[in-house]
Amino acid sequence: MTSPALETQTLPARSFGASEMTGTLGVLALAFIVPSLVGTEYMFNAILAPFLALSLAALGLNLLTGYAGQASLASAAFMAIGAFAAYNLNLRVPGLPMIASLVLAGFFAAGFGVIFCLPGLRLRGFYLAISTLAAQFFVEWATNRFKWLSNDSQSGVVDAPPLQAFGYTVTSPLGKYLVALTVVSLLTVFVARLVRTQTGMNFIAMRDNELAATVIGVPIFKSKMLVFAISCYIIGISGVLWAFTYLGTIQAGYGGFGLGRSFSVLFCIIIGGLATIRGAFLGAAFMVALPLLLSRAGGYFFEGLNAGVLENWQKIAIGALIIVILIFEPDGLSALLDRVTKRIMGGKEERAS
Amino acid sequence: MQDFLFFIEVLVGGLLSGIMYSLVALGFVLIYKTSGVFNFAQGSQLLFAALTFVCLNERGIPMWGAFVVTLAIMILVGVLIERVVLRPLVTQTQMTMFMATLGLSYIVEGAAQLLWGTEVHSLELGIDDVPLNLAGVSVSQFDLVAAAVAGSMVALLTFFFNYTRMGLAFRAVASDQLASLSVGLRLPRIWAAVWAASGLVALVAGILWGARLGVQFSLSLVVLKALPVLVLGGFDSIAGAIVGGLIIGAAEKLSEVYLGPYLGGGIEGWFAYVAALGFLLVRPTGLFGQRSVERV
Repeated sequence: MTSPALETQTLPARSFGASEMTGTLGVLALAFIVPSLVGTEYMFNAILAPFLALSLAALGLNLLTGYAGQASLASAAFMAIGAFAAYNLNLRVPGLPMIASLVLAGFFAAGFGVIFCLPGLRLRGFYLAISTLAAQFFVEWATNRFKWLSNDSQSGVVDAPPLQAFGYTVTSPLGKYLVALTVVSLLTVFVARLVRTQTGMNFIAMRDNELAATVIGVPIFKSKMLVFAISCYIIGISGVLWAFTYLGTIQAGYGGFGLGRSFSVLFCIIIGGLATIRGAFLGAAFMVALPLLLSRAGGYFFEGLNAGVLENWQKIAIGALIIVILIFEPDGLSALLDRVTKRIMGGKEERAS
Repeated sequence: MQDFLFFIEVLVGGLLSGIMYSLVALGFVLIYKTSGVFNFAQGSQLLFAALTFVCLNERGIPMWGAFVVTLAIMILVGVLIERVVLRPLVTQTQMTMFMATLGLSYIVEGAAQLLWGTEVHSLELGIDDVPLNLAGVSVSQFDLVAAAVAGSMVALLTFFFNYTRMGLAFRAVASDQLASLSVGLRLPRIWAAVWAASGLVALVAGILWGARLGVQFSLSLVVLKALPVLVLGGFDSIAGAIVGGLIIGAAEKLSEVYLGPYLGGGIEGWFAYVAALGFLLVRPTGLFGQRSVERV
């Protein structure tokens, strides 16, 4: 708040415009109402639940990478920390309401995030990205090694207890969806506001040119710690959603929150669009829908093919699609959406950003 | 004395396996140095090369023949990758290009397994893996040969970079792309050559690692071993890749033997990263990475 240089900023710090507000409210209303009316169990369990959890993770990473320019390959590690923290808080702290353990779980992820960001204070770009792998592999190892984390279960897989809130126990797919949607909406609004405040401006300045930002008085050290903490908190909560509202289980080691998951979160924000809020959602929708569509298409076109071959084709298709998107729409689906709406609107609405 | 000999033995084993890491890291350095692309697909290229080599060999082609054919294929693949995937992205950020190589690694892995199947192949190079006894320290013969091969690769590349016209062009591109364009260097041709060279490195590394671990899918995960080496040595330094590899290899083996029992084992997955991190806290540009002067 006290950065002198940015105090009189002339950047178009767009306040929530009226049309944008109605748009957001409209999307929210649709998201709350439509699935409640027409949703099937398959839709909730296989599409919407992973979509919401992945979107939240992507939102957190987008804050870190897209807005603040700090690349991370350890999203899955922080998802794991969130999930395991929530599970253990719920299991071991008597009398702690479920909601509290879920909320607190995020702080565990944030705490670890701050610890692992310490090298990040001196590293940039790929050096930072590769260094975050330390967190990824350490967490994979630790969840396997310390069996008490998964309540001494032999397989390393534990069932997530059913969600409880205000005396209700949420078991139906619709209920879980609504819980996840509420969490995601709240955090999304928080991030959308955050990036327009002075703190958010500091993040962006730090991303665009760290040296210049230092010169004009952006508190780099504080901003970096803060962005790692907030982003890891959000990613941690997304891990909670992933375990409690989607999978229903928490798995230790590589099988649960492995490097592949980290990459898929990263794919979400690159494909969706860096430094955009909706990019996280578009990217997550893409990453959830693509394998489903591919396996449907595969089953339809190549009925006799064995599963292994099909899987390899899927892999190739996913890789190729990612490359195609990067080549033809490097700013992501979000930019594509912008262009399409502009064309439909006849180019009347010039957008400030 | 016995303890000391054991320590030396572990250390030598670590250093030798470190050279194997260096070999993989070299492939990264080559491409990063000249085009700024962090090529995550290096691991899948390595897998692809090793699989192709082994399967050709199993189909009755002698080893040298398989090597030549595979090398030709790898060069072709490298040139194709550069032409189809990376050239359209040349104006994009490094992160975008990195993501593209991630996508690429999916494609290459999928294609390798589609072509050659998913079973595990064993690769016999005809080197006896009996431990040699050198002054009371036993050293794996295979490790020695592998280290020698890796060492000569490094010598070859160093010679190439320092004493040939093409190598000079590579270094020019590495230090300033625009300037080298303006003096008439043909960037696309140079990039194609770099990708071809990385194909060669992938093949050699793939054969050595394949002989050690068996040729199978997990071979592509060898890259994860090379990454701390890169962080430590600097992404753009061949010497750094070598020294970094030696340090990481030794640190990993020593920690496994002396620290592992206290931590419950299995620490080799992350120890190298943490070691590299600790080092970087002190020297953020790595061992030999160039400190760039920033201008606002």
